[in-house]
Amino acid sequence: MEAFGYANPKTLKEAFASLGSSWDEAMVLAGGTDLISMMKDRVMSPRRVVNIKGLAELKGISQAAGGIRIGSNVTLDELASNPLVRAQFPALVQAALGVASPQMRNMGTVGGDLCQRPRCWYYRQGFGLLGMKNGSSLIPNGENRYHAIFGGGPAYFVSPSSFGPALVALDAKVKIASAQGVREVKASDFFVIPTSDTQRETAIQPGDIVIEIVIPTGSTKNATYEVRERDGLDWPLAAASVSLKMNGTKVASAKVVLGHVAPTPWSAAAAEAALVGKSIDEATAEAAGLAAVQGAQPLSQNEYKVQLAKVSVKRALLAAAGKA
Amino acid sequence: MPDYSWPAMDKRRVMGKRFSRLDGIAKSSGAAKYPSDYNPKDLLHAVILSSPHAHAKITRIDVSDAKSTPGVTAVRVINGEGKELNWVGQEIASIAATTEVAARDAARKIKVDYEILPHLVHEHDLGKAGARARPSGEQTTGEPEKGFQECDVVVEGQYAIPVITHCCLEPHGQVVQWKADDMIEYWPSTQNVSAVGGDLAKALSVPVSNVHVQMEYMGGGFGSKFPSDLWGAECAQLSKESGGRPVKLFLDRAQELTIAGNRPSVFSKVKLGGKDGKFHTWQSETWATGGFTGGGMNADLFPYVFRDIPHRKVNHTAVSLNTGSARAWRAPNHPQQAYVTFSALEDLCAAMKTDPLDFFTNNIKTVRAANMRDTYLRQIQKGAELIEWKKRWHQRGDTTKGPIKRGLGIGFATWGGLGHDSKCRTTIHPDGTVEVELGTQDLGTATRTMIAMVVSETTGVPHTQIKVKLGDSRLPFSGASGGSTTIGGVSVSSRKSSVNALEKLFEKVAPLLGTTPDQLEAVDGQIRVKGEPTKNMTWKAACQKLGIQPISEMGENIGRNAPKEGLISQGVAGIQMADVSVDIETGVVKMNRLVVVQDCGLVVNPKTAESQAYGAGIMTICAAICEERVMDQQTGLVLNPDMEFYKLAGAGDIGEIIVHMDIHPDNDKRGIIGLGEPVAVGGIAAIGNAVANAIGVRVPMVPMTPARVLAALSKSGRRMA
Repeated sequence: MEAFGYANPKTLKEAFASLGSSWDEAMVLAGGTDLISMMKDRVMSPRRVVNIKGLAELKGISQAAGGIRIGSNVTLDELASNPLVRAQFPALVQAALGVASPQMRNMGTVGGDLCQRPRCWYYRQGFGLLGMKNGSSLIPNGENRYHAIFGGGPAYFVSPSSFGPALVALDAKVKIASAQGVREVKASDFFVIPTSDTQRETAIQPGDIVIEIVIPTGSTKNATYEVRERDGLDWPLAAASVSLKMNGTKVASAKVVLGHVAPTPWSAAAAEAALVGKSIDEATAEAAGLAAVQGAQPLSQNEYKVQLAKVSVKRALLAAAGKA
Repeated sequence: MPDYSWPAMDKRRVMGKRFSRLDGIAKSSGAAKYPSDYNPKDLLHAVILSSPHAHAKITRIDVSDAKSTPGVTAVRVINGEGKELNWVGQEIASIAATTEVAARDAARKIKVDYEILPHLVHEHDLGKAGARARPSGEQTTGEPEKGFQECDVVVEGQYAIPVITHCCLEPHGQVVQWKADDMIEYWPSTQNVSAVGGDLAKALSVPVSNVHVQMEYMGGGFGSKFPSDLWGAECAQLSKESGGRPVKLFLDRAQELTIAGNRPSVFSKVKLGGKDGKFHTWQSETWATGGFTGGGMNADLFPYVFRDIPHRKVNHTAVSLNTGSARAWRAPNHPQQAYVTFSALEDLCAAMKTDPLDFFTNNIKTVRAANMRDTYLRQIQKGAELIEWKKRWHQRGDTTKGPIKRGLGIGFATWGGLGHDSKCRTTIHPDGTVEVELGTQDLGTATRTMIAMVVSETTGVPHTQIKVKLGDSRLPFSGASGGSTTIGGVSVSSRKSSVNALEKLFEKVAPLLGTTPDQLEAVDGQIRVKGEPTKNMTWKAACQKLGIQPISEMGENIGRNAPKEGLISQGVAGIQMADVSVDIETGVVKMNRLVVVQDCGLVVNPKTAESQAYGAGIMTICAAICEERVMDQQTGLVLNPDMEFYKLAGAGDIGEIIVHMDIHPDNDKRGIIGLGEPVAVGGIAAIGNAVANAIGVRVPMVPMTPARVLAALSKSGRRMA
């Protein structure tokens, strides 16, 4: 990797002072499970790395006014074993446990999960975020088994975030701080689809730090289901997070969000609509799964992901309803 | 001539017992030092600049900026102007510097201009290979056309297994120091301690006696670490050009997975038929790649094991690709041939509605190795018991409700495994120390431990007290560890040398015990008179009688003579059976159980033998469900040269593995036979067959990922919504 400067701030204020105004100038390091390997491969080569792992302000999970507050430095393991989270957000716990290596769960952080870069192998081999060569995308005619089935390009990577779909389904908000102050964005607005290589796939700008997540509490039934090639450490091929507000045995409102099938967590409005007024059983769950994949545009090698997304929705719904 | 024969099965005190590796603590605590751990004083670090293109000609190369990079001590051009590069990763230049960072910075400063040339990196569509495809001819036995007409059941299928790599945990590499007197100290990660120095000497044009090889431990080779390679020679030259400082050059992970060898693919179209329940006719068309050098294979080995059938026709085509070249991979060709053969045979069984175990039992006479037939029959029975075949097997397609379908499958294995040439010196010191020296290597297979056990069996000294010295080219020659040849070679040489040394000791102490040497035995730390155990001396007291001069005796195994002597032999049988569950909504294959039943003649240490089988079993699971090198035709790159997307099975993917070493008097009397290869052969077929048995349809290519399983189900209309 390129030589780089290293800042180890003690406070958030110090951290902002170390961050710069461009990505080349400085990048944030938390768990280090992604940034370091990207720097070794020279996919990113910031001149300075700002380690926020030690910032106590970013730790902790607590009950706050607007819901449960989760500091961005909370590790996946801390999240998955927290009683508040376990009681209310099984969708998050299941997503955390889907990162199937204790080492990753011990090091990786909630903020890092949201900010990690896509795993597209063309991107990781130096062809830019959109996997372009000589002005055209390598993906439609290339090895696209793991790529997006929604979005239609030119971004074909899939959002790698394990928590993204669950946070969108749970109506969470992401708090982002910079030297200019703190702003709050809806989880659904945190993830964006870039249209050029110079853009990013999140709302994060140079100088920003994700400081916390706030998830409204309001007794929903929620769950995450993911399909992976390996039971061990592996990226999901498809996933779904669902959150249901119930009116007795019927669904009052539903959130259905697909993961790893689009450049962002992918809200499935048709599936959400299909569930309202229904009770959750095999048939309604299956119908919602079918609705969720309407409009999918699989590439040459990933038609199977349509099926996986559909099944993920069905199984997440049945799990949320306690019928898995 | 001394009696070297192994003690009778029921008389052995050490061999045949379950002992842990003597170096287990050193390895698990980190005390064991591997070549890549070696950091001598004044060490320099070297890297290889390699081609980013799959096919290109170098039109210009400028290394001046690299040479002037601070810390750089030497820059060497390997392939310069006018040279054609034929795969991504092919070497262009090597750089040594005081730090790895400086070496990598310098490598990036080398300016290379290329003329890009057309490339081919995919072989699945033989029609697109054009002139890159080299047919190796057709071989026919009997009259296949007539044979098929005689069959009452004929099936056709396609079966494919992709290129995979060796994935050595310790990548290929070495530390080399070219000293001022042209003496070369060489610390490679190798499977070939005794001869790799000669290989390097040849490349450097120095006398072989100038090269001294040392390697105490190594982190895996699987067939890919025999030669000194271009990297060894470059490392040595960089040392020389850097004033004789030691240089470390290990491939990085991406290079390891791109250029350090791989297992050839096989794609196949098979037609086969049965008549009256008997395997009658086989026809196969296969093609494969082993990288740029092609993908040759002896197609005459089809069908595998069950070969003596009336009619056969086989042909094979090697496809040259712009990819790194193949190297021997644990049981070269066998896993692929077993996969194709037993997939096709299971499809035939399904069409005949026959239980495969009945089919193979009824066709046992088609096993060409007649002496293996009874062993296979016994192994089928044992495997069936361990996997609960009678209880769990069903006709193709699990008809129980729900998305999870369960199935069973079987595959067979065979291998030679004759011990290689090996010389050993056993020294009995006056203080009672027993030292065993030979230039072999322990790849992690417990060679060290088994040598100690053999010598312990001979001398009666506990195996934990035997001093085994290996991993040094100045020790007596021992062959390379490949093809499951090590245990046979080193067990004979260490047996003979220790028997010879013991005889000398007996000559010394016999008069003191009032008897002749031939009446003595060494047992449990004593030397005593046979039949009169009270007439004895302790081992230590006996050795003290040597005065100041130790006894040092040689022993030798000469591979070609070995079978006549009866200590070792060759030819083993093994089976693997798999029990899987497949989710037909997601296509996810889950291993429930893998059963490995394997004979390897006389088993020196059942515990470490089982350990070999566990490791190999895991390799077959990887290849069956997740492992694959992914090439990109547009860029010519390996897209997954890392351990993230080059997927090996994790603990959660493996399920239960049951290993049954087929320890049996009939096997034992054949002597010791190598084990490493055969246990890596049958599993892929077994798992593929179990999946077909579960879901009712063949998945025509491994690894059986959700994409491939769902595609097969979809094609057959069996996929659940």
